[in-house]
Amino acid sequence: MNAVSIKGVSKQFKGGTTALEDIELEIEPGEFISLIGPSGCGKSTLLRIVGDLIEPSNGEVQVNGKPARQARRDHDYGIVFQDAVLYEWRTVSKNIALPLELAGWDRSRRQARVEEMLELVELQGFGEHHPWQLSGGMQQRVAIARALSFDPALLLMDEPFGALDEMTRERLNAELLRIWEASGSTVVFVTHSIAEAVFLSTRVVVMSPRPGRVSRVIPVDLPQPRTQAAREDPRFFELATEVREALHLGSADAPSLAEGVA
Amino acid sequence: MLLLVVAAILWGLWEGFRGLGTHYGWQHPFPVDATTMPHIHEMIRALFERPNTQGPLLIVTLLKAAAFTGREAALGFAMGAVGGFVLGALLAHSRALQRGFLPYVVASQTVPILAIAPMVVIWLGSVHVTAWISVSVIAAYLTFFPVVIATLRGLHAADHRAVELMRSYAANRWTVLWKLRFPASLPYLFSALRVSATASIVGAIIGESPSSIAGGLGGAILNFAQYYTFQPQNLWATNIVAAALGIAFFLVVVAAERMVVRRAPEHVA
Repeated sequence: MNAVSIKGVSKQFKGGTTALEDIELEIEPGEFISLIGPSGCGKSTLLRIVGDLIEPSNGEVQVNGKPARQARRDHDYGIVFQDAVLYEWRTVSKNIALPLELAGWDRSRRQARVEEMLELVELQGFGEHHPWQLSGGMQQRVAIARALSFDPALLLMDEPFGALDEMTRERLNAELLRIWEASGSTVVFVTHSIAEAVFLSTRVVVMSPRPGRVSRVIPVDLPQPRTQAAREDPRFFELATEVREALHLGSADAPSLAEGVA
Repeated sequence: MLLLVVAAILWGLWEGFRGLGTHYGWQHPFPVDATTMPHIHEMIRALFERPNTQGPLLIVTLLKAAAFTGREAALGFAMGAVGGFVLGALLAHSRALQRGFLPYVVASQTVPILAIAPMVVIWLGSVHVTAWISVSVIAAYLTFFPVVIATLRGLHAADHRAVELMRSYAANRWTVLWKLRFPASLPYLFSALRVSATASIVGAIIGESPSSIAGGLGGAILNFAQYYTFQPQNLWATNIVAAALGIAFFLVVVAAERMVVRRAPEHVA
């Protein structure tokens, strides 16, 4: 049974824009998949369809072998957005505990889990802080802890480090890999950054715009577990070049007539 | 500290205007004399004198009246705040309800309170509701409107991704309301409650006269207004007490806000 199974998914928005056309993608448990593509290729839309936050116009998505809606109801995935989207009236601990509260965990169990999560994202001692007392990178770590707190099999991430500076981003990339290995969950990760996609992923899904399609799927055969050293591996540059060329090819052959037809 | 400086400046302006006005015999914008502008120290001294030789000190009478009016206003404020929130939440729930009802909510505020007050007293009196509670209802009428508007606005103030997050947890409407929309609306709600807190006092004072309640600040104001030409300082002293009551209400709301709303310093409304 695949972690995510996307079959023939299309999405037309009101007004006729075709955001996604005929997407096919199978993701195995434990994979780290990056969706990369220029703005307007529908990668965030696809992520939201997997999370059942938007409905596809055609096709179907299965998560853990069940329809996306059922998976959402069963709390099968956690999601992280570009901004941390923390509730500012809650402390860090209470933000992390929010999904646990909604799932009806009792207080002592929640507290124990929050402590574990704070340790996982290396924010011990910040539990009683309010979000606005934390830096952007720390806030994003809280968001990751919140998404993983209920141990979902799938983690959906929508450009989670897009708003951070390069240094912080690279550090959080490495931290995310460590968390991924520790948690054993499947990750679907939307990004603009070629280096980020190659460094993190087991496979990079390159998408092209207007209408959004999968133009290539590139397996990343860099050894696991990856460290910062992997960024200087010659294979890293080869793969980055491959992704870059696929991106350029994807946007060059996008038929310009399609816009007129839509 | 700053508060005392401003008080001193206001005092100086009052006494300065009064001094110049009486010295030069100003007739505009009004004749300035001991009746139109009593000394501020006379107003304060009046608080500690007996208006009737038999009776208690003025301040004792006024504090009792303030307690009475304060009780009416507090109940009215509570009813207006809760009613306003519930109405606002219902209207926020559906655009159709909003289109149907909001114009009437707005219209309700254009009807003068003086026209509404006697009707409220007669209606509630006919079902044997205690008079002071009728006054609370009148105060609530002045209180609920800002709360409705702020609730409408505040319940839609949550970030759309924060709502998406709730959806990803498969949270139901109630959970989204209590865990997200309500806390996100609190800064808006408290801004409205500050306005309503002072409005509830005004409503209670105005509501007292059609209800023939003599024991509150409204009664005291009517009474001292009749004898204004003889003892103007008594009416002014009553105004000072009424203002103090309004400030006290306001401060209670501010204190509650401090306790409830935890925000980044730059987000404090």
